Amino acid sequence: MIKVKNLYKTFKTKDLETHVLKGIDLEVKEGEFLGIMGKSGAGKSTLMYQISLLDHPTKGEIVLNGINTEEMNHEERTKMRLSTLGYVFQDYALIPELSALENVMIPLLMQGHSSDEAISISRKILESIGLAERINNKPSQLSGGEQQRVSIARAMAHNPKILFADEPTANLDSVSGNSVIELFQEIHKKGQTIVMVTHEAEYAKYCDRIVYLEDGKIVRESKP
Amino acid sequence: MKEKKYSNKKWFNTVRVAWFLAKRQIKGSNKSTTFLIVFIMTLTFLNLVVVSGILVGLIEGGNIANKEQYTGDVIITTVAGEPDISRTHEIESTLSKMQGIENISLRYIENGRVEANYKTRRDFSTLPDVVATQIAGIDTKAEDSLSNLSKYVVEGEYLSPNESGKILIGANLLRRYSAGFGDYFASLEGVYPGEEVKVTIDDRTKTFIVKGIVDTKVGEVSMRAFMTEEDFWRLVDRPGINANEIAVDLKPNSTISADRVKSNLVSVGFVNDGKIQTALEAIPDFLNQIKIAFSLLGNVIGLIGIVVASITIFIVIFINAVTRRKYIGIMKGIGISERAIEISYILQSIFYASAGGILGMIVVYALLVPFFLSHPLDFPFSDGILVAPIGETSFRFALLLLVTLVAGYIPARNIVKKNTLDSILGR
Ligand SMILES: Nc1ncnc2c1ncn2[C@@H]1O[C@H](COP(=O)(O)OP(=O)(O)O)[C@@H](O)[C@H]1O
Ligand SMILES: [Mg+2]
Repeated sequence: MIKVKNLYKTFKTKDLETHVLKGIDLEVKEGEFLGIMGKSGAGKSTLMYQISLLDHPTKGEIVLNGINTEEMNHEERTKMRLSTLGYVFQDYALIPELSALENVMIPLLMQGHSSDEAISISRKILESIGLAERINNKPSQLSGGEQQRVSIARAMAHNPKILFADEPTANLDSVSGNSVIELFQEIHKKGQTIVMVTHEAEYAKYCDRIVYLEDGKIVRESKP
Repeated sequence: MKEKKYSNKKWFNTVRVAWFLAKRQIKGSNKSTTFLIVFIMTLTFLNLVVVSGILVGLIEGGNIANKEQYTGDVIITTVAGEPDISRTHEIESTLSKMQGIENISLRYIENGRVEANYKTRRDFSTLPDVVATQIAGIDTKAEDSLSNLSKYVVEGEYLSPNESGKILIGANLLRRYSAGFGDYFASLEGVYPGEEVKVTIDDRTKTFIVKGIVDTKVGEVSMRAFMTEEDFWRLVDRPGINANEIAVDLKPNSTISADRVKSNLVSVGFVNDGKIQTALEAIPDFLNQIKIAFSLLGNVIGLIGIVVASITIFIVIFINAVTRRKYIGIMKGIGISERAIEISYILQSIFYASAGGILGMIVVYALLVPFFLSHPLDFPFSDGILVAPIGETSFRFALLLLVTLVAGYIPARNIVKKNTLDSILGR
């Protein structure tokens, strides 16, 4: 599903070069739940942005779903993000003026679903994660845990091939954090490929496999 | 073919998503800010339509008055260098046989002098109180039907047909009506209805009793003195009984046009007997020049308004897009196309401009146009109205939309094209 070969990312400013990723090799199989762990500043987010097509690596190769991503143009990358990738951000990243339902609808509309279809798909998925009562609430009228679940619903609504999550529980208390992780586990059981960055060891046990990042390199791998 | 159909569908979908976003953003935005922006757009639209409309209307009001109070729909005047309109009465009978003509007024005109206050003049070393003016002999009934002259008698009364020795004096000949111009033109002191004046044409002088004072904004009317046709011929010694002006009025919904009346007269062969003009042609050239200059001026002022409106929209959309840059980044991140986001901002600008434009249209056509028709602007040479032809107003509306569309697009494009990840992370 994901093949990363010899990946480098260097940030250049006027008089400073920061080498953040220094030769990453990584493979994620279809249906796998991969955890990326490491200290703050190790390069976990940077790695995820490269794999999930939000950024361009300095060097190296990323193959997603059989497609070499460096050969894609801007528009094709946008299209792929819409059709085959799903994103869950640490700070939920919901659009404030849209209701929970509308936030989930937006990618579906963009994919060309009719408004009625988008509403029914979004409603169904929000109901399935226990937010039936909240679908018309704006993000500001939801708790952090609820917002993160809406954001997972948005990422899942169009059945992405790969779901990316960057520290999805970092802003949540342990109860909400648990419910979010359990939601991940549930969708993983249905066959969803997931790549999740976390630095909370207690959640590692839900993953199939964990890679440890240190100073821009994968230093270790483990299975719980 | 298939390719084309696909891309139309893609466009439709992009606009649909944009509309979805724009609608919710407008709904979610601060009500009083929205009101303020729409208010600015309304003012801009009014500035665009009303300023030039009133400037043009000042002249247009003058043109209308000129037609209604002086020329009628067609006016025949004396050819320069000739003493009168030759074959006046053949022209008159030709006109009276044409369909659709309502009134014909013949005016007999001579240059003369009116003297006042000669009875109370003690000091003969000073100049007498005299003005040079045109003396017009009229058929009181025909003239009143054509030009409503009696309506403009502001003191005293209009002439009656069977009365002799009475005169109407144009207000512009009197100092009390033309205070501002008094220093430049000789004008008479006093002269109230019932007083006596001396009228001299060539070397014949007669005394007349002032019956009334005529005041209109049409210079040709209020710079004249009027008497009955019969009195005119008693005073004037000239060969023939041709007139100097023939004013012709068409019936309100006449099928025949002023141009047609003119071309009929020309084709019958009156082309050299008098100078035949439609009301439009009789408008003095300088007025047309002023009209062009005024509408240019109005457009310049309107253009400034357009610039202000586009800057307003630019700032509004810019601030909106900058403060929402993170969300723009997220939407791009999850695969919403840049076009859809940009169009959502264009739709917002169009919303502001069209709300302002529609409000402006209502104000113009439901309030201002009727208001100025019933309360014309009091100007020295006209009663100004608001001229706002619907075609031109719609064009200005479209112009406002186009300009705000561009003004909304530019800042939106600038923010949307920024790096997606940088936007999401706020770097
Ligand atoms: N745009 C950037 N410019 C310069 N340095 C950056 C940039 N983005 C990240 N870094 C640096 O890269 C390192 C790794 O960052 P990040 O991937 O966010 O770490 P993690 O997610 O593991 O905490 C950090 O030292 C950070 O300062
Ligand atoms: Mg991070």
